[in-house]
Amino acid sequence: MSTQLLRLATAGSVDDGKSTLIGRLLHDSKAVFTDQLAAVARTSAERGADQPDLALLTDGLRAEREQGITIDVAYRYFATPKRKFIIADTPGHVQHTRNMVTGASTADLALVLVDARNGVLEQSKRHASIASLLGIPHLVVCVNKMDLVGFSEERFAEIREDFRRFAMKLDVHDLSFVPISALHGDNIVHRSTEMPWYEGTSLLHQLEEVHIASDRNLIDARLPVQYVIRAADFRGYAGTMAGGTLRPGDEVAVLPSGFTSTVRSVRGPGNVALDEAFAPQAVTVQLDDDIDVSRGDLICRPGNRPHVASDVDAMVCWLTEQSELTPGSRYALQHTTRSTRATVGQLDYRLDIDSLHRDKTAEGLALNEIGRIRMRTQHPLLFDPYRRNRDTGSFILVDEATDNTVAAGMITGPAVTGSDVVWHSPTVTREQRATTGMTVWLTGLSGSGKSAVAAELERRLVASGRPAYVLDGDNLRHGLNAGLGFTAADRAENVRRAGEVARLFADAGVVAVVSLISPYREDRDRVRAAHVADGLPFVEIFVDTPLETCAERDPKGMYAKARAGEITGFTGIDDPYEAPRTPDLVLRPEDGDAATQAAILLEYLQR
Amino acid sequence: MTATIYELSHLHALEAEAVHVFREVAATFERPGLLFSGGKDSVVMLHLATKAFAPAPLPFPVVHVDTGHNFDEVISFRDRVVSEFGLRLIVGCVQDDIDAGRAVEESGNPAGRNRLQSTTLLRVITENGLGAVFGGARRDEEKARAKERVFSFRDEFGQWDPRNQRPELWRLYNGRHRPGEHIRVFPLSNWTELDVWSYILAEDIELPSLYYAHQRPVVQRDGMLLAHTRHLTLLPGEEPATATVRFRTVGDATCTGCVESTATTAREVVAEVAATRVTERGATRADDRISEAGMEDRKKEGYF
Repeated sequence: MSTQLLRLATAGSVDDGKSTLIGRLLHDSKAVFTDQLAAVARTSAERGADQPDLALLTDGLRAEREQGITIDVAYRYFATPKRKFIIADTPGHVQHTRNMVTGASTADLALVLVDARNGVLEQSKRHASIASLLGIPHLVVCVNKMDLVGFSEERFAEIREDFRRFAMKLDVHDLSFVPISALHGDNIVHRSTEMPWYEGTSLLHQLEEVHIASDRNLIDARLPVQYVIRAADFRGYAGTMAGGTLRPGDEVAVLPSGFTSTVRSVRGPGNVALDEAFAPQAVTVQLDDDIDVSRGDLICRPGNRPHVASDVDAMVCWLTEQSELTPGSRYALQHTTRSTRATVGQLDYRLDIDSLHRDKTAEGLALNEIGRIRMRTQHPLLFDPYRRNRDTGSFILVDEATDNTVAAGMITGPAVTGSDVVWHSPTVTREQRATTGMTVWLTGLSGSGKSAVAAELERRLVASGRPAYVLDGDNLRHGLNAGLGFTAADRAENVRRAGEVARLFADAGVVAVVSLISPYREDRDRVRAAHVADGLPFVEIFVDTPLETCAERDPKGMYAKARAGEITGFTGIDDPYEAPRTPDLVLRPEDGDAATQAAILLEYLQR
Repeated sequence: MTATIYELSHLHALEAEAVHVFREVAATFERPGLLFSGGKDSVVMLHLATKAFAPAPLPFPVVHVDTGHNFDEVISFRDRVVSEFGLRLIVGCVQDDIDAGRAVEESGNPAGRNRLQSTTLLRVITENGLGAVFGGARRDEEKARAKERVFSFRDEFGQWDPRNQRPELWRLYNGRHRPGEHIRVFPLSNWTELDVWSYILAEDIELPSLYYAHQRPVVQRDGMLLAHTRHLTLLPGEEPATATVRFRTVGDATCTGCVESTATTAREVVAEVAATRVTERGATRADDRISEAGMEDRKKEGYF
């Protein structure tokens, strides 16, 4: 059986024991050679240590050894019979966000370290945020120095809960925890005998077993053309598959020209014929028709094309101390195999990576700062949102004065511009309508009882002569919101659309009763703001049924599936639910059944 | 027909990564060159490069920095490969730079010329206007290399500034440079010695014969086995003895050590490398042991 490649990113300071952990992984998996170990033992002895300091194995450059810090991204390698591992090892200090972003850009998995004595500090949170921002599919939290807290199960559980609470705000789909002692090797390669209460597997075992094959996008065929290979009777378009699959006989479209053709053959390195190409293979594709294709073009399927746009929204991390990103500045841009220029239009906000707060008053981004920008490119980009495809959704900005790479960017989507469509003022005013509308927004976990309360409220309102209509999340996904998935972006769009429809209903004089999980606070707040701006009443009702109760009820069998790992991104299980901070009304199971809760709600509305 | 599982083995993944890098450079640089010493890493690199452009010929020349302290097998191997693949070969001789006073032979015994290669390499790059130079260096070889980028910028003096490297993200390589500056490109960055040998085995790649076990006269010096060639001056008391050895790296013949081995095929070498407990540089490169920061200093000066 052949071994697979797993790329992992680590971050943390010397204090976390990160270097020791890596040294331990290398040492215990026998990736350290005797001459390296001898050098480490010699240096350790010179410094008066009684045992070899494994952290020295990863101390690269002289400047670092002198200062005792790691200043850049270093790559380490080790292998087991199952996998070859590439570790991108970066320092964890705040000023090294840029290095963390660099190391995280290609990683399949992030290792986050927490010192068991100190608990979840800013640095661990920062690393988790960056892992989430960079779309690393798997996050493993190593709770280190367990030996210094008496291998306490309670301490481990406490840290795990703390971390989970924070991770709820992030886009993390696979999160696991391992209690370790890197210094002594507990739970690194073998299960520790010191922590019999820990039922999981060792860290190395997790690294060997984590399922990464499904992380790749095998749906959207994307081949950015890198180089045209010409030989006698041969013309092929070479590039690295960035998603999906391509086979001989497939109908394809070439962008931006839009010409279509058929794949004649797919070749691997060495011009070997392949049955099928998939990411990340480096291939050469021959087409049936003689059409003009060159570097920077993209081959895809006619029915599944990337976005083609010059105005895009993106998250960027600023990488240099020599300048700041400010609106109006112009850069060279590299995206897939295209190079063009981009002008930064506006800075929407700066993201505080520790608190996740969005500062909308920010006027620029300095070194290590992250923010969302809108930019315009000289030539259109052929892209997918980064969340959908890390290869076709990422770009770098280069300062043309210094040739330095100054920003790492992740495209969130085409810019949603304020359109030029004229707003028509209605001739019938709200006061002239027979009834007054409003929006009643029910939010809560799946299975919390929102739909039952909504249905009962609607029945009572209609019976009393008030026009009312339920907008149910599940039902909307069959029509208006068909085609939206469960990513953070799709959920946001789901909520936005439901909110817009509710606003129209309310404007028309109807009580719109919205029953929607709507897990993110910000999305709900936006709907409220839209109503407020329009002078329409909006009440947010939190159906606060505990997760355990919802999971027990499990009316659609979804919790069972989510726990079994059959579905991911399920709110409350592996996707966060952000409870309202100031709901207008809270309904709890102890208030009574759905009919009673609806009665309480109606009473509140009539007040 | 079996269902495709859409998984690449790690060797295929490394191959794809290297092929991507070759194509990227060929598409964006006017004049690249590939460093070819006849050493196994450069042989694998050349093999990957030809695969990246097949069925078209290699779109750039190969460059050999000749120390003059060569193993005869390596030079004849080089010439055979060049003619077989129809390559264009550029040779830069260290001796020329010594004769012209641009480089001074080091003292000591062995007086290796590894360090002097930097001068010659930079001269060849300038004379041929090479904007990008492919090197076979791997990050697992040495501490300083662990931080090197795949596209590594060199200033107009050919120097590497480890504290001021360009961030390198995703598969997006920034190769921008001005006249006089150049980029070193390392397609094998993520390969280990074992990966290289596993690939040699899987692809059936031919290497100079001294990579496999053979008998030759050697001398023991500083814990290393040095080949007794015409380039090596014996110290008082040194007595060459015949041993069965192979080389793990091939460089300047005066300071490249060999190891005792009976591995005569790639398969046997893979087994040996998988079991070995000493790094290839630790075992065979006298000059890397000079100081703890030996490689870092040389790289800053423009070394490979």
